Amino acid sequence: MRYVPFLITTLVTIALIILFNSTLLLPAPLGKILSPQHGIWQNAEPADQDYNEQVSIPGLKAAAEVYIDDRLVPHVFAQNAEDVYFIQGYLHAKFRLWQMEFQTHVAAGRLCEVLGDEVNGNNLLNAVDRQFRRLGMGYAAEKALEESEKDAETKAEMDAYTAGINAWISRLPESQLPIEYKLLGYKPEPWTNLKSSLFLKYMSLDLAGSEDDFEYTNARTVFGWEDFQKLFPTSQDSLDPILPKGTLFEQAGLALKIPVDADSLYFQRKDSTAITQTKPDRDNGSNNWAVAGSKTKSGAPILCNDPHLGLNLPSLWFEMQLSGPGYNAYGATFPGAPAVVIGFNDSCAFGFTNAMRDVRDYYEIRFRDESRKEYFFNGEWQPTEFRYERIRIKGKPDFVDTVAYTLFGPVMYDTTYDGKRNTGGRNYSVRWKAHDKGNALKMFTLLNRARNYDDYYSALQYLDVPGQNCLFASKAGDIAIWNQGSFPAKWARQGDFIMPGTDSSYMWQGTIPQAENPHEVNPERGFISSANQYPVDPSVYPYFLGGSYPPYRGITINRHLSSMSDITAQDMMKMQTDNYNVFAEMARPLLTKYIQTGALSEAEKKCYDILRSWNLRNDPDERGATVFVLTWDSLETEVFSDEYAQTDLTLPWPHESTLLEILLKDSAFRFIENINTPETETTASVITAAFKKAAAKYIQLESSDDFLWWDFKNTGIMHLARIPSFSSVHLPIGGGQHIINATKSDHGPSWRMIVHLSRETEAYGIYPGGQSGNPGSRYYDDYVEDWVKGSYKKLWMMKKEQAADKRIKWIMTFNKGA
Amino acid sequence: MKFTISLLLIALLSFVSCLYLPWWAIGPAAFIVTVCIHQKPLKAFLAGFLALFMLWGALAWWISSRNEHLLAQKVSLLIIQSPRIILLILLTALIGALIGGLAALAGSFLRRAIGLKKEEELSVPHGNEPMRGAEFGNQAG
Repeated sequence: MRYVPFLITTLVTIALIILFNSTLLLPAPLGKILSPQHGIWQNAEPADQDYNEQVSIPGLKAAAEVYIDDRLVPHVFAQNAEDVYFIQGYLHAKFRLWQMEFQTHVAAGRLCEVLGDEVNGNNLLNAVDRQFRRLGMGYAAEKALEESEKDAETKAEMDAYTAGINAWISRLPESQLPIEYKLLGYKPEPWTNLKSSLFLKYMSLDLAGSEDDFEYTNARTVFGWEDFQKLFPTSQDSLDPILPKGTLFEQAGLALKIPVDADSLYFQRKDSTAITQTKPDRDNGSNNWAVAGSKTKSGAPILCNDPHLGLNLPSLWFEMQLSGPGYNAYGATFPGAPAVVIGFNDSCAFGFTNAMRDVRDYYEIRFRDESRKEYFFNGEWQPTEFRYERIRIKGKPDFVDTVAYTLFGPVMYDTTYDGKRNTGGRNYSVRWKAHDKGNALKMFTLLNRARNYDDYYSALQYLDVPGQNCLFASKAGDIAIWNQGSFPAKWARQGDFIMPGTDSSYMWQGTIPQAENPHEVNPERGFISSANQYPVDPSVYPYFLGGSYPPYRGITINRHLSSMSDITAQDMMKMQTDNYNVFAEMARPLLTKYIQTGALSEAEKKCYDILRSWNLRNDPDERGATVFVLTWDSLETEVFSDEYAQTDLTLPWPHESTLLEILLKDSAFRFIENINTPETETTASVITAAFKKAAAKYIQLESSDDFLWWDFKNTGIMHLARIPSFSSVHLPIGGGQHIINATKSDHGPSWRMIVHLSRETEAYGIYPGGQSGNPGSRYYDDYVEDWVKGSYKKLWMMKKEQAADKRIKWIMTFNKGA
Repeated sequence: MKFTISLLLIALLSFVSCLYLPWWAIGPAAFIVTVCIHQKPLKAFLAGFLALFMLWGALAWWISSRNEHLLAQKVSLLIIQSPRIILLILLTALIGALIGGLAALAGSFLRRAIGLKKEEELSVPHGNEPMRGAEFGNQAG
């Protein structure tokens, strides 16, 4: 009996420890998380954190130094290329480990393993993990890696990069784990080359995985082939392509055969599917342009690039200088992969925009029976192969997804998976360029070392997916662009809809030969630009391009560049952050022409005046931009919502340019008529009604003080795990869709770079984030304010002799350890 | 004096063991100290409670102030939905204190139980004073 008080208190203590060490009752293991020697407090690095370090690692080949400047940009100086990548891996891990692993977990369909299968009512298993697995992300990464590793040089570089990351991980005490691991309750696993490959496939998905094949198939069925072509045209009146109109093309090197039954089985087919997909942002795109010396004040070319991607913290980008023998590159790197991705070296600069081409198509598969063991192809039953995807789920038993593979690729949708959407018992196999073998990574490592146009051209040969507009400018004075990638040669509209997969007639018939990829070298007009518009005039290019191409940023850019001369880097900054809205310039006259002012109330008239007197700039404090966007959105709803409400099928929404161009030339557009009302609508009555609804919304916004453009647009940079207090929200920044400064609410210029290739390179850049991935570091989001303001940081290509420069704050020395 | 010594020893042992062991090593630390240095249950509890309250509170505050409370602000918004970092520091201190206090109490109870046993063993030859043992712990305090 005398031990009873002891036993009881001991049990209570142990129970409390278990409680505070787990999530049995609490949302988080508070003891573990709050312990000052283990938990989150350990991530609160001192404001004057000392990054000096002496590192002794067996994996290195020789000694190396890293000079870290006052913006926390590391300048790596190593004695051979492998050590450069080893140290790059080490530093990526040191500053960004959690995001690197998290992004590759997402790519691999392993989110449930970390977060469980349900977050805020979203079923992660079906919506994310199974979708990624069944798309064959892991399969694609494995195939690419196999190809990369056949190249001895790439393999050595990837191995070194991986070893560098693992050197960091193996030295990482639990107390120093990035805070997200502590909050989510898991630990990093060793890095592998496959993870780097997965990361690159993740980018492929982001940039080459947003076609609308299912939605287009539905739309063709609901509206009919004629109307479909009107709503989803394959060119634009306002088009100003990357290669100017009038550029001539040879006849296609590949003769394509349109299937004989295409008319009945494809174009006119009545077919529908209720599949909707979680897809990358349609505006994943970018601006890049280069001006030749003839247009600049100094006589040296200037190259500019700003990739528009999802805005997140920690940022997708990490700034670095990588220097070794025959190697000196500076720019934005991807934590997760070796090399500089967008940047410059001592001879040239390189940048990218997305090519927007459609390289992912779906084929309907006929299985012999439920077992999915055989499918019908070219008159025979062919065996499928199965890939077993074991999905670990936090706190639950594993889920095994059995995915059938045909010669097209994985059967993404079948009776075992519809993503909770009705596929009507049909099976769809996905044919995706990203499943083909390739070593895209090599393009970057070669570009980092490129000295001239020829080097750049040979580097490009390695880019397969995602297709990009690869821009180049050199100190020798050359400017060039290649619309580069491994693009399937398609006949008109091939792959816009689901295709029959029972024989080979609808398959891709080849890859567009390299020489026929659109390109331009040192054009007479003295500049080259791309902003995700059509690379060429589609009516003269011998292959079908597929994909969707926003026209307006390109128009604004070309307008600026043609009129400019004596250009300086400062002019380019002004241009890169320009908020002029050329779409509004073309659309507003249509609105003001048709709005019946006599039918407006006093309050509505005030809104009308705001719209009419607006300076067409989406600057942060403009009210006109808010009224315009509200009006246009309201107009689209007014025109299309009645027809779209006829069906439960998921339909694509026509592009802004399509509706605008139709209304500008066709006053009898069928969709103007509201099918639910007895009256006959006219363009004027519809636009007036749309404006009245928009005005009502605007007046409401005014009363809640959210009417200024930045307030209304509400740009925020969310933490990758959507933790609000780790995010930077409600930023007073202008811009928006169709504008050079393409900043939308959660998407926009993720890295702005300007490189003036003068004798001494003059370069500027900024990204909305900071070098450290630690929310407890002052370097976590310290660039955001300047990014919002449109200011730039000077990018310093350091020389080793400058080690004593006052910008260098810390030095890490690396030694080959025992 | 004994109270102060055990308080300091609990804090010291907790700190040192947490350099190498998981956070809950503070439990065994407080327990061991109160088994070795016996005190009345209430005092033992207080020694453990205050030792960890001060250790964890001070450590958290010190680390956070060097960080200019940058992270604490973000984490308190996340965990306790309040921007007041002092609350997060208090919560930290309180969790440590609860474990420390209870573990110390358990230690004190064990020591008393062992003491009782010894007393019984000792008291057998002397005969019938089994109840004195109950006071033993108190006297020791």
